[in-house]
Amino acid sequence: MKRVALHVALVLGAITTLAPLIWMVAASFMPAGQATTYPPHFIPRPATLGNYRILFTRLDVARNVMNSVIVSFAATGLSTIINAMAGYAFAKFRFRGRDPLFRTMLAGLVIPAQVGMLPLFVIMKQLHLVNSYWAVIIPSMSSIFGIFLVRQYALSIPDELLDAARIDGASELAIFGRIVLPLLRPILVTFAVFMFMSVWNDFMWPLIVLSDDAKYTLPVALANLTGEHVQDTELMMAGAVVTLAPVLAAFLFLQRYYIEGITMGSVKG
Amino acid sequence: MHTSRAAYWFLAPALLLIAAFFVVPIFASLALSATDFDIYAVASPANTRFVGLGNYTELLQNPLFWTAVGNTLYFVVVGGPLSVAVSLGAALLVNSKLTRAKGFFRAVYFVPVVTTLVAVAVIWRYLYDPRFGLLNYGLHFLGIGPIDWLGNPHWAMPSIILMTVWKNFGYNMLIFVAGLQAISQDLYDAALVDGASTIQRFRHVTLPMLGPTFLFVSVTTMIGYTQLFSEPYVMTQGGPLHATYSIVLYMYEEGFRWWHLGYAASIAFVLFALVLGGTLIQRRLRR
Repeated sequence: MKRVALHVALVLGAITTLAPLIWMVAASFMPAGQATTYPPHFIPRPATLGNYRILFTRLDVARNVMNSVIVSFAATGLSTIINAMAGYAFAKFRFRGRDPLFRTMLAGLVIPAQVGMLPLFVIMKQLHLVNSYWAVIIPSMSSIFGIFLVRQYALSIPDELLDAARIDGASELAIFGRIVLPLLRPILVTFAVFMFMSVWNDFMWPLIVLSDDAKYTLPVALANLTGEHVQDTELMMAGAVVTLAPVLAAFLFLQRYYIEGITMGSVKG
Repeated sequence: MHTSRAAYWFLAPALLLIAAFFVVPIFASLALSATDFDIYAVASPANTRFVGLGNYTELLQNPLFWTAVGNTLYFVVVGGPLSVAVSLGAALLVNSKLTRAKGFFRAVYFVPVVTTLVAVAVIWRYLYDPRFGLLNYGLHFLGIGPIDWLGNPHWAMPSIILMTVWKNFGYNMLIFVAGLQAISQDLYDAALVDGASTIQRFRHVTLPMLGPTFLFVSVTTMIGYTQLFSEPYVMTQGGPLHATYSIVLYMYEEGFRWWHLGYAASIAFVLFALVLGGTLIQRRLRR
């Protein structure tokens, strides 16, 4: 009895959770006007790819997909390597001011990104980077959270292993590349998944720093389109599908890594 | 542990980036908030004048600022705890010994977390449609009349909260599940021997043992919620009648729509002060 009630609650919860997304997919295949009828339709009849066709021809959303792909992959790749280096240095080297520096950095985690956004824009303007991919990528290239994750993980690398390589005459760069990076692989994958999703989903900063439709990432393009096409429900749902599909797919395949990152992030206390 | 020059080379890229694009902007923001930096200064920074605390006094006298603060606090104080409560409920359900297919439910509840906020806001705008939206369609079966979710100033913020809870609860649920799994089974067994009911076990074993997790989740959630921006930007543009106008939206509009960057920087610092205050309260509570 108790077990049945429990599962009824769980299934109801699952339906509530998925319903908006399922409706989004269904509406994206509906002919114009079908998503705004009463009583509502749940199944597109007849199903059409017309909305997607409009998105990719007239509205040229393909370039926004490209922008998102370029920015997300570049930011993820660069930040993974940069944070790996820094996290490793904090974990495995002794240098002056290391611990105070690390503590100060962690304190910076509570500062909302918006606090620095206005001067950041002015800096990008001075560097002539406004409306370029770099303006979106550069602020994501280093992450205190990423350095923290790598550092915690790198602490477990045995010093003997690194010292043995040093005695054999390996350079520090070679040690990092051939020994440390492979050992850090699991945490780096977790971080990369995390990073990719957060750059892909980011809205406010790209909105500020990109000024031209042709450079917009998907969320900015979508927000912009809803302004002009608010009546075209089915078209907007197709746009939402295009924006969400890559992150949802990435999550399905890589959920283990993503979930690990969250539980690790929460124990920092 | 090794002492070597190499450490600095490994650190340099990350630290230089953090310094240039995180630390400097924060201090620059403080400096900016003491100036009248505007569209002319964007063209040439020489057109900037020092105004001292002028922006702050202007801000405090502006009713729109207080509306934004009030709305943001509403969102934080109502939305935050609601979101934490839903997360805890979901964690208890998913983690129950009786539950089958735990991994499946956990993954399903987590799906909204990875979605793009802008896309979700676009979807929910249609779900909230007073005439054709699924939400009112569902409610009419329960005999609840059509609600003008985003069009009514009293309902607009609750609507945004509802959507945000839907999007976020899976995140804190995972943290709660980890917290629940760390509670020793012995405690429950002992309580059972003493004849404690399910509710008593929850009150006297689960809740106290979850204490630190609870605090962590509440504080991070509420800090995150102070940064409300995309939802009103996409769904309501801050309306109706500024009912969903938030601090960050105010900062965005002043800064990047009207190019009052100096004034906007003072708004940014009020946000900073709020978050800092919240964090200090957390520190206090922890002791």
